[in-house]
Amino acid sequence: MTGLLEVNNLKTAFISDDKTTQVVRGVSFAVNKGEIVGIVGESGCGKSVTSLSIMRLLKGTSGTIQDGEVRFHDQNLLDLSEQKMRKIRGNSMSMIFQDPMTSLNPVLKIGRQLMQGIMLHLKYPKEKARKYAVSMLESVGIPRAESIMNEYPHQLSGGMNQRVMIAMAMSCNPELLIADEPTTALDVTIQAQILELMKELREKQNTTILMITHDLGVVSEVCDRVIVMYAGRVVEEGKTAEVFENPKHPYTEGLIKSMPKIGQKQSRLYAIPGQVPDPANMPKGCKFAARCPHVMDICTEKEPDLIKDEEGRKHRCWLYQGEYEGGEKVDVKSSTGN
Amino acid sequence: MGRYIIKRIIGLIPLLLAVSFLIFIFIHLIPGDPARLMAGKDATNDEVEALRTYLGLDKPILEQYFIYMKELFQGDLGHSLRSNAPVTQLFGERFLPSLQLSILSIGWAMLIGILLGVISAVFRGRWPDYFGTITAISGISVPNFWLGLVMIQLFAVQFNIFPAGGIETWKGYVLPSFALGAGIMAMITRFTRSSLVQTLQEDFIRTARSRGLGERAIIFGHALKKSMITVLTIAGLQFGFLLGGSIVVETVFSFPGMGRLLIDSIQFRDYPVVQSLLLIFSLEFILVNLIVDILYGFFNPKIRYN
Repeated sequence: MTGLLEVNNLKTAFISDDKTTQVVRGVSFAVNKGEIVGIVGESGCGKSVTSLSIMRLLKGTSGTIQDGEVRFHDQNLLDLSEQKMRKIRGNSMSMIFQDPMTSLNPVLKIGRQLMQGIMLHLKYPKEKARKYAVSMLESVGIPRAESIMNEYPHQLSGGMNQRVMIAMAMSCNPELLIADEPTTALDVTIQAQILELMKELREKQNTTILMITHDLGVVSEVCDRVIVMYAGRVVEEGKTAEVFENPKHPYTEGLIKSMPKIGQKQSRLYAIPGQVPDPANMPKGCKFAARCPHVMDICTEKEPDLIKDEEGRKHRCWLYQGEYEGGEKVDVKSSTGN
Repeated sequence: MGRYIIKRIIGLIPLLLAVSFLIFIFIHLIPGDPARLMAGKDATNDEVEALRTYLGLDKPILEQYFIYMKELFQGDLGHSLRSNAPVTQLFGERFLPSLQLSILSIGWAMLIGILLGVISAVFRGRWPDYFGTITAISGISVPNFWLGLVMIQLFAVQFNIFPAGGIETWKGYVLPSFALGAGIMAMITRFTRSSLVQTLQEDFIRTARSRGLGERAIIFGHALKKSMITVLTIAGLQFGFLLGGSIVVETVFSFPGMGRLLIDSIQFRDYPVVQSLLLIFSLEFILVNLIVDILYGFFNPKIRYN
């Protein structure tokens, strides 16, 4: 496996009048070809901003990428001109978003929206693009694709619209698909279908998928590897099964504990106490210290590094820093997963 | 769609009947005696009474209304009390110039207004935006008759490029349409800007960017169509007003339009002309609104009438 996407020390901040608030605070990770990697964390942990930064889609927000590298095919996307970046977006790297009802243009026909990207990147003439668009809709399991081409998003259900979004995103055979909470706005049954569809795409076209979610269920369902983010930083990374079985970071542990389990006889679900620190006013040490059940003196003084242990797991916690004194620090330059 | 339009047109009938009744009553409530005005200062009371009977103005007001309606349904709008010419003829002479002036004014106002609005929205907070804002505020603040007078002074008197009045050639339309359109252009600029700024924040714009579309394709292909609803509403209302003719601007430019016909007729208590004109203005307004409603469906597929 080779690294397709490598994010190094990415820092993204939102700038308002006089305040700069860093929400992605030096994030590093890598995604290998053909993998499905999940990024999990609660709202505001910087996972969505990370994905928008990778695509450089912060235009229209007050966000700016301050530092770091996004290496895709060994070129740093952050160095590219906007024009060159446009050739990559929707072509070799594409994205689907959380709410399919608002992510499609309500005043344009589905067909037109689908064909735009196909004509732009694949340079197909109109007729050919149309036929291709119909075949794309069919491939994501949309019935009566031909007539849906002439319909508007409000005439379709949320699940159907998300399929249209996926068809749009997949139409130029991207190597990397970034899915930002693709199932959050959908019913549970539809969620399962969409996840199934994404797994299928991976099987058929060997598409690499970066799945941004707050739903551990989604992660365990589809992801090979999982990256846990907290307060703008990666706090843990590893193979999904290993992380779920044996979480290293107390935050991951808390997340897993707070998932409802079938057969569990408990009146209340577990909740991690406390709140995410305010990004404008970050504590000095470990950002999770205030909520951590294992907090030690050092935790509030100094922030631990993200280290990689001999099993290939990565974590950012003082509980293990001593054990792996010689462990490899991965804060600055991340190596690929395995 | 066809059925919707027919339904709307049928719905116009009771509306127009109500409007015609209100107009008729209100005009007769205006103080002033048309028989006295027609007969002249020197006429005796008997002569004035005879004229009143001849014109049918001595009958009860409701009876007058029914006579008026009967004639109206026969396509007879009556005769002017002042010139004795048929109202349809007077109307025919004035309608076309007013219509042409209205189309011209709304046309350039929309063209420039949308363009300036788009530029302001795209360069929000930078100098093209400030330029657009200043243009718009000046356009709204300057009274159109003043603008007309300044333009006559400048382009007719000083440089002699356009005539100061009359419509012998197309040049006669230029200054009046500019004076009429300036305020509308300014309004359309503001509405386009705010609507487009809002649309550009929407999720589907981010989707379009994530497909690799360029800014021009995003603005003209994705955002503008969504923003057009607001602009269309403003433009439709303004066009309705324009069709009624502008009394002030038409007076400044001695333009032979409906506005001047109306004001002259009111001064003379020329009931048949005034009430026909008001009825026609109402009809025009209602029709413009119908057209705007139909166009809504084109710009926003969620508004489709069944």
